[in-house]
Amino acid sequence: MVVRFKFLCYLLNTMENNAKIKIGIPRALLYHKYHKLWEIFFEELNCLTIISPETNKEIIENGVNLAIDESCLSLKIFLGHINYLKDKADYILIPHIVSLHRKEEICVKLISLYDITRSIFKNLNLVEYTVDVNNFNPEFFSFLKLGWRFNKNPFFIIRAYIKAKKQQKKCEQKLIDDQVKKLNTKNQDDIFVLIVSHPYTTYDGLLGKPIIKFLEYQNVKLIYSDITDKKMIKNLYKNISSDLYWTYSKELLGGLELYKNQVDGIIFLVTFPCGPDALTTNLCQNKLKKLMIVITIDELWGEAGLKTRLESFVDILKLRKQNG
Amino acid sequence: MGNYFIAFKPLANLFADEIITPPPITKKTLEIGAKYSPEFACIPFKYNLGNYVEALESGANLLIQSGGGCRFGYYGEVQKEILKKIGYDFEFIKLNNNYFKALCEIRKFNQKLSYIKILKTALLSYFRLKVIDRIEDIIRKNLGFETKIGEYEKTYKKFLTELDLTKNIREVNTCEKKYLSIFRKIDIKKPSNPIRVAVIGELYVLMEPFSNFYIEKELAKRGIEVHRFVTVSSILHDVFSFGFHSRKFLSQAKPYLKYHIGAHGSESVGRANQLAKDGFDGIIHIKPFGCMPEVNAMSFLHNISKDYKIPIIYFSFDSQTSEAGVKTRIEAFYDMLSMKRNSLSIYETKANL
Repeated sequence: MVVRFKFLCYLLNTMENNAKIKIGIPRALLYHKYHKLWEIFFEELNCLTIISPETNKEIIENGVNLAIDESCLSLKIFLGHINYLKDKADYILIPHIVSLHRKEEICVKLISLYDITRSIFKNLNLVEYTVDVNNFNPEFFSFLKLGWRFNKNPFFIIRAYIKAKKQQKKCEQKLIDDQVKKLNTKNQDDIFVLIVSHPYTTYDGLLGKPIIKFLEYQNVKLIYSDITDKKMIKNLYKNISSDLYWTYSKELLGGLELYKNQVDGIIFLVTFPCGPDALTTNLCQNKLKKLMIVITIDELWGEAGLKTRLESFVDILKLRKQNG
Repeated sequence: MGNYFIAFKPLANLFADEIITPPPITKKTLEIGAKYSPEFACIPFKYNLGNYVEALESGANLLIQSGGGCRFGYYGEVQKEILKKIGYDFEFIKLNNNYFKALCEIRKFNQKLSYIKILKTALLSYFRLKVIDRIEDIIRKNLGFETKIGEYEKTYKKFLTELDLTKNIREVNTCEKKYLSIFRKIDIKKPSNPIRVAVIGELYVLMEPFSNFYIEKELAKRGIEVHRFVTVSSILHDVFSFGFHSRKFLSQAKPYLKYHIGAHGSESVGRANQLAKDGFDGIIHIKPFGCMPEVNAMSFLHNISKDYKIPIIYFSFDSQTSEAGVKTRIEAFYDMLSMKRNSLSIYETKANL
């Protein structure tokens, strides 16, 4: 009896899931920043979200074949994820974020994501939401417009948006609390290293995660510059650079400024050839007097060489600590 | 950049005691620039830095950097830090789209200056720019067909020295009229339907002939009518049009683009779409290596090339690009265009028979 009931439930569930609209979210670029917001927003709208798996060799290969060979590695990975999702989902979500604050910009690669995907994959159902504060197009209205495609009840959409936004904030706050806790429980012998890189490099399955794993294996405590209270670091970047205008780079430099006195060394992770990072890392190298290393990742990196560099960097840090 | 320093001279004269025109760009400029710049900064950054170092060596102490869409707006600060680290002593003005602030900063150097005088000289500079652009456009279209080789260049040099001596807008106008008639009189042998090629792409490598290995001259020598739309005066129109120009280009690029793709990328796509519709024979797209907006534009240009069957060739310039490679590719491109023309004309004559 119980078994039959369970089977019935399962059947009903699958039927319901089949009827639901499937929305594909590529696990690349801005996913690592806004994943909670998107997932919960679509869940509240009774849509099924399909998220592509962690980046693997196959995804990266497909992406490299699809993209223009001079575009940055992060974009290539993004296209690989879209290629994975193209037959599995009804719609694919692509954020089109132009500016998040007044007089600020976003890297042009992220602005043109929607059009580039459309030019490479034809006959693909794409949904996008635009955030352009400079041209009076805030996030809330574009989410309302996005939700309108799946649900015709505006109150329902607003509720979903607010709920998703709350969850997103909660998630961010938890990460910040964890990091502060890590810094406060500091031992004398612990080595702290600050990783300065965009979330889509740090948390990517093939770019950042092996490096993080390796460093943690070496008993290094890691601090991330992208996990910060955005209100607190609003004007901190000005200590390093006075006229920076990319929002995400500003956040990274703000984090760098906030944590730089509490860590022993700094690691910059840069994908090849990232435009904004090429200039900002150079500026940091010229201005800051700290032990730092710039690691550039492209699609043909050798793992052995990377590990040797990281190992020697950690060794230097350890020696410095011992000698005081 | 090119011969534009003649246009900006009166403006710089206002607040400086002495202007030092940096020596013309050579391989050495690029070497100096590449030595000090970050490794994947784009090539205009390297040329700029090389120019600054050479100017500082010859005694300048005030540098000006403008700013714009993509990474260009951030050049100023990074370059300032690099030059300080090398150990030069200088003042640096960043224009950075904030013209009023820049104006105030400029006035610091010469307190007696009135705003009206600044405006007047700015207008003079603007008119000089326009004349240079107009004459250069005529040269580009006709250089390949002159009967006596070298005549255009000789007259152009004369024109530049005369333009340098003009003091107000009226004199600029008379100079323009005089040279327009002179250029018209130069004997050319132009077929009624020459091969037309347009050069589009990133601003700096388009406008600085050294950085693109004199690609326009190379094309014109083979008897091609070369078109180029990006000039300093067109950029100024763009900046002061409150987004009207960029909206126009977006509508030209309509089926391919829905949103802007940053800086002048949408302009490239819009132009290419329009040129393909106008029936140009070929398009040359040039950019520095790693230029973000133009790399974005490339994926749309591929589609335009496929849809309209118009050949597009892509060049990307870096400090390692070899001149011979570029020339070989241009030669092959020209051969391909002329062969396409011939085969088309054979088809047409067959159809007529």
